[in-house]
Amino acid sequence: MAPQPVWHKVRQKIDDALISAIGPDIWQGIRTVDAGQNEYGYDPFGFEPEFLKYVAPFALWMYRHYFRVEVHGMENIPASGRILLVSNHTGQIPLDALMIATSLLVDCNPTRIVRSMVEHWVPQIPYISYIFARCGQVVGTRDNARLLLQRGGCILAFPEGQRGINKTFDKAYQLEEFGLGFMRLALETGTPIVPVAVVGAEEQMPAIWNFKALAKILGMPAFPITPTWPLLGPVGALPLPVKYHIYFGEPVLFEGAADDEDRIVGAQVDEVRTTIRSLIERGLRERAGVFW
Amino acid sequence: MMRKRPVRKQRVVITGIAGHFGRAVARRLHRNFEVVGVDRRPVRQMPKDIHIEQVDIRRRGVEDVFRRQRIDALIHLNIMHDPRALQEEHHQFNIVGTQKIFELCAEHRVPKVIVLSSADVYGPDPRNNQFLKEDAPLMGGQKFEAIRGLIALDMFCNASFWRYPEIETVILRPVHIVGRVNNAPSRYLRLEQPLTLMGFDPMLQLIHAEDVVSAIELSLKPGVRGVFNIAGPSPVPLSMILRKLGRNPRALPEPILKTMLKTAWSLKLSSWPVPELDHIKYVCMVDDQMARRTLGFAPQFSLQEILDEVIIRPLY
Repeated sequence: MAPQPVWHKVRQKIDDALISAIGPDIWQGIRTVDAGQNEYGYDPFGFEPEFLKYVAPFALWMYRHYFRVEVHGMENIPASGRILLVSNHTGQIPLDALMIATSLLVDCNPTRIVRSMVEHWVPQIPYISYIFARCGQVVGTRDNARLLLQRGGCILAFPEGQRGINKTFDKAYQLEEFGLGFMRLALETGTPIVPVAVVGAEEQMPAIWNFKALAKILGMPAFPITPTWPLLGPVGALPLPVKYHIYFGEPVLFEGAADDEDRIVGAQVDEVRTTIRSLIERGLRERAGVFW
Repeated sequence: MMRKRPVRKQRVVITGIAGHFGRAVARRLHRNFEVVGVDRRPVRQMPKDIHIEQVDIRRRGVEDVFRRQRIDALIHLNIMHDPRALQEEHHQFNIVGTQKIFELCAEHRVPKVIVLSSADVYGPDPRNNQFLKEDAPLMGGQKFEAIRGLIALDMFCNASFWRYPEIETVILRPVHIVGRVNNAPSRYLRLEQPLTLMGFDPMLQLIHAEDVVSAIELSLKPGVRGVFNIAGPSPVPLSMILRKLGRNPRALPEPILKTMLKTAWSLKLSSWPVPELDHIKYVCMVDDQMARRTLGFAPQFSLQEILDEVIIRPLY
């Protein structure tokens, strides 16, 4: 039985180091988050705020030192209640989601936890399956989203989906077509929509070409070819240290029937799309350069 | 019923009374009801005032139970869940038995039939909603053949809503019943060194057997009919359950564990069917709002009390 306490001590040391890396203010914010946890610290989706200590230090380092994220309009995020963040999706690797989530963890007071909707293959991958769940990610079914919003959660949606994130560099900062699902969800649950624009992520991996045939063989959603990937091997797949700017627009509460025709819901979706486009344009205008 | 008549206890037939769960139901109900038990297995440790008929529900002998007296309700627990049993016999017993029960109930005007199905009929799947409602498709059989009988049975009972509209049918789909019952989840949690899948730790719902008995008791209320998911206390991850039980779980990569189980199954060294691994891999949890609203059901036993059943009280 001797090795047990040693391992416990080591583990305690690691935990303490991770928590101190996060910083007392943010850790306090994480610990006091109310996601409707049960007496054991888990919410019904398997989210455990304490678990964030294993992920947050890395995210914070990326946020502060690698991408040096600059946030604009954080005052538009309400302190509590249901909310739907709708963002453009760029950069081949979904780091934009991580950075938006981190910004709400760090720069938002009180701390808000972003619950994003993940694909159904996520629960099929060992480790990823439960790490994602413990961090608050939820399999993207309509019922799950509805339940999260009813519980006063904050959901991040990328209505462009794969089309947005996998586009090649010649289409940089052009918004792809938006899906209508998020708007129907917002109308049904009476959730305010906060438009979000991420500027900078587009340049982290400028894709020259999407090798669709190879992606299909590998069972991947896309296989981007960039100036460095796959030419330089794994190193080439690292995102460039670009500077991120995240813009949060004002929350808008849409009204209407959730089961209206696509034409009517689509018009409301276009409103959100236009707002995001103007936020992106503002971001591109305001930034000094790609890397600083 | 304003007419004055001598007060008599309502009479309830319980099929499959000889099982651990059947006994729990009988012990609770015999105080307020006149209980008649039917089972083809011999019955042990039963309160004295329970009348037992040892007969296969598919046989003619069972008809006498209905002819003899007026029956006010029937609780159908006589459903085989033995993965080792011959598939044919399994299916035959469950489906034909249930059909016979419904026919007899219709013929003898039994106003209420309660069937104990299981939340396993939905099946664990990565695409599942976190909490499945009663109208979710029964996908449990897509990989696991042994559960197809139960799904067919559940569907058959569903058909009774229009086939026998005069019978109030109640189908209960409880989550994993854990405690002094002999089912797969309880057997798994009784293992000292349970095997787990490396890198998977799904959320699970457990329920105390006595809470399911309460749900059955509530379903006996006249006017109640329909399909109800029954869930216990709020869900927790598998790893936490094993930790609270003080177990030493052994995590193995999925391909290795699968091969091991398959070999052990073929050599008859284990009674764990390989597809059941999905239960410790993906979520299969239910939304019990309907039972809470319509039946007034609320679980009384906490997670700790459920796990105490596994730790302290062995199954004899």
